[in-house]
Amino acid sequence: MKIHPNIAVNENGLLFNPGTGESFTTNPLGARIIGLLKEGKSEEQVREELLQENEVEAHTLEKDFIDFMQLLKKHSLISNDE
Amino acid sequence: MSKPTIHIAVSGLNNIDSPGPGVSVIRGLREATSFDVRIIGLAYENLEPAIYLSDVVDVTYQIPYPQGGINELLERVKEIHQQEKIDVIIPNFDAELYSFMKLEPALKELGIHMFLPGLEQFEERHKMNLDSFGEKYGIKVPHSKALYASHEIFDITDDFDFPLLVKGKWYDAFIAYNKEQAMNYFNKVSAKWGLPVVIQEFVHGTEYNVTGLGDGRGNTIAAVPMRKLYITDKGKAWAGISLDEPNLIKLTNHFLEKTGWRGGFELELMKNQEGEYYLLEINPRIPAWVYLAVGAGQNIPEALVNLALGKEVKPYTEYKVGKIFIRYSWDMVIDREQFEQFSMNGVLNSKQK
Repeated sequence: MKIHPNIAVNENGLLFNPGTGESFTTNPLGARIIGLLKEGKSEEQVREELLQENEVEAHTLEKDFIDFMQLLKKHSLISNDE
Repeated sequence: MSKPTIHIAVSGLNNIDSPGPGVSVIRGLREATSFDVRIIGLAYENLEPAIYLSDVVDVTYQIPYPQGGINELLERVKEIHQQEKIDVIIPNFDAELYSFMKLEPALKELGIHMFLPGLEQFEERHKMNLDSFGEKYGIKVPHSKALYASHEIFDITDDFDFPLLVKGKWYDAFIAYNKEQAMNYFNKVSAKWGLPVVIQEFVHGTEYNVTGLGDGRGNTIAAVPMRKLYITDKGKAWAGISLDEPNLIKLTNHFLEKTGWRGGFELELMKNQEGEYYLLEINPRIPAWVYLAVGAGQNIPEALVNLALGKEVKPYTEYKVGKIFIRYSWDMVIDREQFEQFSMNGVLNSKQK
């Protein structure tokens, strides 16, 4: 899964997809995930970074992370083929 | 070096909740960098708001409805031309385009230029002919069929599944979920716009629009894609945003290259769940939201005027993404005398109030 390169995200967690004109808001953790994906990190690398940065158990993070990635996919912000 | 002043006549001054493109076109023309303008408004009715907007039009003349025939229109344009020395006319209503296309040679003899699609282009892109248009040019279109009698509704399930769209010849589109609704909309639409009524396959997805300009030789002079952010109950965009979607530009280039389209246009497209674009409609004129394209960096009305005057126009290749237009309405207060002057004399000089 890779985030589309033209997705814009600001420090307040506001996402803009210039391909569809849609805007979304996310919380700081969501913004952090998107920021890491935009840096080109893999899902595995993102999960590891989040585990180090936050006091959270791996299985809890895993569940929320999958949910969030599904949400990004649903809104065409990430895709498999890029 | 001083810029030339070009006298441009513009119709579509009804800036209402289903707005004509006139005011947006004029705003683009007034922001042109290659010429100055004198704007001659062409109005059908005496309550078209832009007649009274003195910073938009310089003068407005009433013109006859297209139903009156092209000779009546030609005579009126000649009268106006004697007063105003028109260089270019930009017609902005679908319903009047046919008349102006027919008059193009006669107007050219008078020194009046236009930049319109040819009659063949105009006819083949008509929503009644969309199926064959898509097949001819290799563009995905929803299946459509023109109905000429209400009883044909009873057989539409041979070709279509519900829901489907019931569309007027010129304007209006309704979603019907069963035959009864389809019949109701058929009657409503045919009463307003006449026959045929077009039945169209309903494509589920998100609507996108592109406005642009073709030079008539297959080249794209301008193209700006937009998604509506706020839609009125008439389905018109009240707000929209410019997009970075290369597939829409590619599709537009393909359309212009294959058809050799001449003039302004708007493509209405639907993107389905699989990400495929279906061309729903081609409006053969500049749309009312064209000022977004101007604001994003592509002054389509200016380029169209220069093409009409036979000048070489460099194609626009860039525009700003994420520019948003938001419409608004406001009340102006005018003197009754202005209204009377236009109603009685068919002309109002907005600088002499």
